[in-house]
Amino acid sequence: MKLLVKGARVVDPASGRDGLGDVAVVDGRIVASMPGKPDRVLDAKGLVVAPGLIDLAARLREPGYEYKATLESEMDAAVAGGVTSLACPPDTDPPLDEPGLVDMLRRRAKALERARVYPVGALTVKLEGRQLTEMAELAEAGCVAFSQANAPVADTEVLWRALQYAATFGFPVWLRAEDPWLAKGGVAHDGDVATRLGLAGIPAFAETVALATLLELVRATGARVHVCRLSSAAGVALLRRARHDGLPVTCDVGVHHVHLSEMDLGFFDAQCRLQPPLRSARDRDALAAGLADGTIDCIVSDHTPVDEDAKLLPFAEAEPGATGLELLLPLALKWGVQAKLTLAQTLARVTSAPARVLGVDSGRIAPGAPADLVMFDPQAPFRVDARALRSQGKNSPYLGLELAGRVRATVVAGNVVYET
Amino acid sequence: MPRNPQLNASGELQHLLSIEGLPRELLIKILDTAESFAGVTERDIKKVPLLRGKSVFNLFFEGSTRTRTTFEIAAKRLSADVINLNVAASSTAKGESLLDTVANLSAMQADIFVVRHGSSGAPYLVAQHVKPHEHVINAGDGRHAHPTQGLLDLYTIRHYKKDFSGLAVAIVGDVLHSRVARSLIHGLTTLGVPEVRVIGPQTLIPAGAQGLGVRVYHSMREGLKDADVVVMLRLQNERMSGALLPSAQEFNKHYGLTAEKLALARPDAIVMHPGPMNRGVEIDSSVADGPHSVILPQVTFGIAVRMAVMSMVAGGG
Repeated sequence: MKLLVKGARVVDPASGRDGLGDVAVVDGRIVASMPGKPDRVLDAKGLVVAPGLIDLAARLREPGYEYKATLESEMDAAVAGGVTSLACPPDTDPPLDEPGLVDMLRRRAKALERARVYPVGALTVKLEGRQLTEMAELAEAGCVAFSQANAPVADTEVLWRALQYAATFGFPVWLRAEDPWLAKGGVAHDGDVATRLGLAGIPAFAETVALATLLELVRATGARVHVCRLSSAAGVALLRRARHDGLPVTCDVGVHHVHLSEMDLGFFDAQCRLQPPLRSARDRDALAAGLADGTIDCIVSDHTPVDEDAKLLPFAEAEPGATGLELLLPLALKWGVQAKLTLAQTLARVTSAPARVLGVDSGRIAPGAPADLVMFDPQAPFRVDARALRSQGKNSPYLGLELAGRVRATVVAGNVVYET
Repeated sequence: MPRNPQLNASGELQHLLSIEGLPRELLIKILDTAESFAGVTERDIKKVPLLRGKSVFNLFFEGSTRTRTTFEIAAKRLSADVINLNVAASSTAKGESLLDTVANLSAMQADIFVVRHGSSGAPYLVAQHVKPHEHVINAGDGRHAHPTQGLLDLYTIRHYKKDFSGLAVAIVGDVLHSRVARSLIHGLTTLGVPEVRVIGPQTLIPAGAQGLGVRVYHSMREGLKDADVVVMLRLQNERMSGALLPSAQEFNKHYGLTAEKLALARPDAIVMHPGPMNRGVEIDSSVADGPHSVILPQVTFGIAVRMAVMSMVAGGG
């Protein structure tokens, strides 16, 4: 199969390339030039072609939560959003703590022939924070890293041992930094808005207390830790210092957290109930700046499809999370414009940077690289409409609002898996 | 942010969800209307026909005797039919959702829902899903708001102090968990009270207290000095020992209102409490029953205030 993407503005964040050209694909890989006649030509005049997006946090809800979303619906959403690779956190039911579950998920995902799925295994059995999982077995079954999703490891000794064990085999560990005791019962940032609305707060220091512990354990064990969903200005400052000290840590931020703040809760808008919570405008600005200066490596969708009934509840009782796979690109573009970055610099946060964290060969347009591509019109406006979203989760703070950036086609391993 | 959901397009009261966001003129209108009803409650025949034929559903997802009773009395004095539902013990126990409960009652031709719920913001959710002719009155939601209590507190202060413009009001105790405090603070700042103080240990003052427009004190000696109004908050039993406070006794020693501490306030200061009181914890009997106390008149005013609110949301058509 030979595919030629013709007349595009080719943007490759890995090399910094940004210019008109063609992209030639033979047998699932990018080649320097097309040998002979292509089987298919995609006319990309006026469109950007870039490496397909790599999302380090997208919940597919299988197994266990099929009433919220299915693999089919969410894989459709992924490619409609230009996401060609995604890592899924282990907070399924049961959690991804056994090789058989991981194997089944990978087979199901592969059979759908859409985005590439990289399962993240549970760090502890049932995510309970007590007993380590069989990490080596899970890695053999295809887990690329180990995580607790949003569940804590309350016992610091278990956390220490888990990092030691993972470091022994060189497995990356992806963790959120949130002290479970300080966050207990909280549903919103402990600040002006939570005070006014009478919502139980999660202080910003719930993040920094846990982050300081985690960084010390990284120092002690040498484990490769990726910090997930940073949420506070103080957290960004701590991480900046740690990276300056040369600790082997990387970091991501949820795409909603660089745009929204506690103010967006308005009158108890349950769509803005997220984990971690939306914090102050100052925190949001620090996250956006940290992402721009490289303290934070990547943006993730933190895609969490939630059924309507679970959001039609009083704020504190509503299930946290927002749908995100189809909004990752437009929201990343919006951040890049505000940060005054080039398109290549912006896209790096959703392509080459997460590829580095994941340790994969994709996320770049170069001969030999996997032909995972997205074609999009960065200016094309659209209104976020629940009916138009392919994800089964219609839960978004952006419903009814206008964003720019529409995906026209998505290519995975040289196959056109989405086009409009 | 969306338009204030409790006002209709012409700025009139559609629901009462919170005192926050209500304009000064509207607050004064509610207090004036309440004053006109105060006479009714003293007559032999304590009824006016303003809500005749209307149905008021008292929807209490959280237990309450006093608030529910005063709403019931107020509705009956307006000639409305009152239906009391103790939802905590019925449908929600069977797993019915808040909105399903409301939809079912709506099908029984309700005009006003008086809603108390343990979760902050629940009445907003109800207000978003009722029909245009139905009205929601918040009777207390989580830690967020208790607007009719706030209004009756404002009514009481105006009754005794006549004017809001020169007052120092001290609110004492568990501000963190108090919907009463939040509603009163919004009312006082809207009506131009120059000095609103909150007094309590750091553990019971919320993180964003200053953002509400109050001055924070941790010492009764400083906070009560020359206060015109002292509002004592109820300390819930479950907060009396644990990580927030070591014991009721120690709280009483530092933050309980005694005659001695009250002497720091102005000689004509009034003492208020939303009830029910913990005598010997946040307030001593000598103060609760003493000459400065207006705690029982607060209850009486509460009926007139609730009549005013119900007649203003539903009495027009």
